[in-house]
Amino acid sequence: MTPLAAYLMVAALVFAIGLAGALTRRNAILVLIGIELMLNAANLNLVAFWRYGPHPEALTGMIFAIFSIAVAAAEAAVGLGLVISIYRHARTTDLDQMNRMKG
Amino acid sequence: MSPVFYFLAALTVAGGLAAVLLRNLVHCALAVTVSFAGLALLFLSLDAQFAGFAQILIYIGAVAILVVFAILLTRGAELPGGAIFSRTWIAGLVIAAGVFALLGWAVIESARALPTYAAAPTVSVHDIGLALVGRYVLPLEIVALLLTSATIGAVIVAMHEKEPSR
Amino acid sequence: MARTLDQIFILFKDWIVSFLPSSLQPVAGVILGVIGILAVFPTLFALTTVFERKGLARMQNRLGPNRVGPFGFLQPIADGIKALTKEDVVPFSADNFVHFLAPLVLVVAVFMGFAILPVGRNMQLVDMDAGLLFFFAMGASTEISIFMAGWSSRNKYSLLGAMRAVAQMISYEIPLLLSSIAVVMITGSLSLPKIVAAQAGYTGIWPHWYVFTPWGFGAFLMFAVAAMAETNRTPFDLPEGESELVAGYFTEYSGFKFALFFLGEYLGMFSISGIAVTLFLGGWAAPFSFLTWVPSWIWFFAKVMTAIFVFIWVRGTLPRVRQDQLMNFAWKFVLPYTLLVLFVTALWRFMGEGWERWVVCSAILIVAYVIMGRLQMSRRKFAPRSYRYAE
Repeated sequence: MTPLAAYLMVAALVFAIGLAGALTRRNAILVLIGIELMLNAANLNLVAFWRYGPHPEALTGMIFAIFSIAVAAAEAAVGLGLVISIYRHARTTDLDQMNRMKG
Repeated sequence: MSPVFYFLAALTVAGGLAAVLLRNLVHCALAVTVSFAGLALLFLSLDAQFAGFAQILIYIGAVAILVVFAILLTRGAELPGGAIFSRTWIAGLVIAAGVFALLGWAVIESARALPTYAAAPTVSVHDIGLALVGRYVLPLEIVALLLTSATIGAVIVAMHEKEPSR
Repeated sequence: MARTLDQIFILFKDWIVSFLPSSLQPVAGVILGVIGILAVFPTLFALTTVFERKGLARMQNRLGPNRVGPFGFLQPIADGIKALTKEDVVPFSADNFVHFLAPLVLVVAVFMGFAILPVGRNMQLVDMDAGLLFFFAMGASTEISIFMAGWSSRNKYSLLGAMRAVAQMISYEIPLLLSSIAVVMITGSLSLPKIVAAQAGYTGIWPHWYVFTPWGFGAFLMFAVAAMAETNRTPFDLPEGESELVAGYFTEYSGFKFALFFLGEYLGMFSISGIAVTLFLGGWAAPFSFLTWVPSWIWFFAKVMTAIFVFIWVRGTLPRVRQDQLMNFAWKFVLPYTLLVLFVTALWRFMGEGWERWVVCSAILIVAYVIMGRLQMSRRKFAPRSYRYAE
């Protein structure tokens, strides 16, 4: 396997694990953790393509990864804020019990 | 591939798996921290020093801490009594496996077309800084705006509302 | 002669390495450097504990430790033997694995930070392009270990202490980073040797350190405050406030693990003082042009020990702040002021040489300091305590 393909396989595996976590866990925080894993896998892809791509000096992939890290931090802050406010309202973070539109 | 790569890949994947499978939420958060650290080291093995350190600073230093704070504020540290997987877990697992199969198939099919070797790029932090305030200055400003609004938004969302009198 | 003395450790390392086959030489050099760090800083830690206890005692009209060895200077050895021979108690309901891992993660992360510290001319383990970022990344990793320690102990005091520590460290990390960015803005580099090199040179006998510029002085003050909070030292030692929380997040640790936490705390102080010295106080450069013959590493350690003395002095002087005062101070004074320092730094950079920039930059910083301080004091955000029930 070429190095790039190996990195891409790792990224695909981490992405799948994150997706499985986000889709199967009951707890809202675990869903957020799964999403973070998926974002990280995408970052790994970007950096790997930057490293083995034809024009690493253009820095496109790396800068994209840095921006994506920044955006993921914002996403985590807002997502966890939402989880806390939902918890305050419904006294649970179990997603299976949050099935009513009525507060 | 070097043994270092296999070790880091195993660390990352094991951390991710533990994060998804463990019962105790704080253990999940710590496991995902291991996974973040593994990814940061993978970035370093890809000669992306700046991105790797930024990953450690932001994911281990900020996101993991935010996650454990949220867990403790929502009483998640207590062990859940019932099932930890949702009722529709089979569907979720099938979708995730399907996505992995598709991605893996795409990578293996295109492996021949992928470049096999590239000389390590010699980019310094100086170049990254110049690129950030030169070519990518508009995205940088937009990210700054996004981060500010996200901070304010998170504070407003999580702020204590005045309890209505009952 | 002065040259040889300056580079004596480098020459010694090269001499040892020269016995090995050339393929092993780079690895051996790094290992020797690591051994040096592992030997020097824990020794310094042992000495500092005595100095701190004796210095504090002097400030409080006591004698301090004076029984073990001459003037009590062998006290740390006695303490070390005691810590090693004590029983390692782990609480019954504690999370064993995480409880065991927490002190190790802390000490490893703190030791990693020393890798980029230039302790003398050419004396640096790795010269990283992104050295400063590496240092802050390692500093951020210690937070998770503090949380691990507090949570795994299953003790309300430990957990409260850990939550306080983490909240405090996150709040003060932002001003810490921003005030060092001021230096990066002027130097144009994240590499610490380059930052030291940018401060080289003398006007008359006076050095060109960044602390002697208006923006540098403001940034240095904010850095010092944030560093004190980051290392959980008095007046910001709420995470381990003895009167409230027993010992904070390491209440449930005993024996060697407790000693590891203690070590981690002091090593954190050393590394952050080292960074402060490198960023603002010229690193290993001599303070006067006629003293350049003294070896560079002596200057570095002298400056670090001076910074440590200030830490001890402040601990002996100021009372502990309240949690709300701590947070208000971080977010309503230190952070805005650091942002202003960043703005002034940009102004300094673009005003060109001349005396005008000294006047303008100093005026902005002093006026803002006075106005912000007065406003916050009058709104009682972090005003002196009013002892309502004691008066």
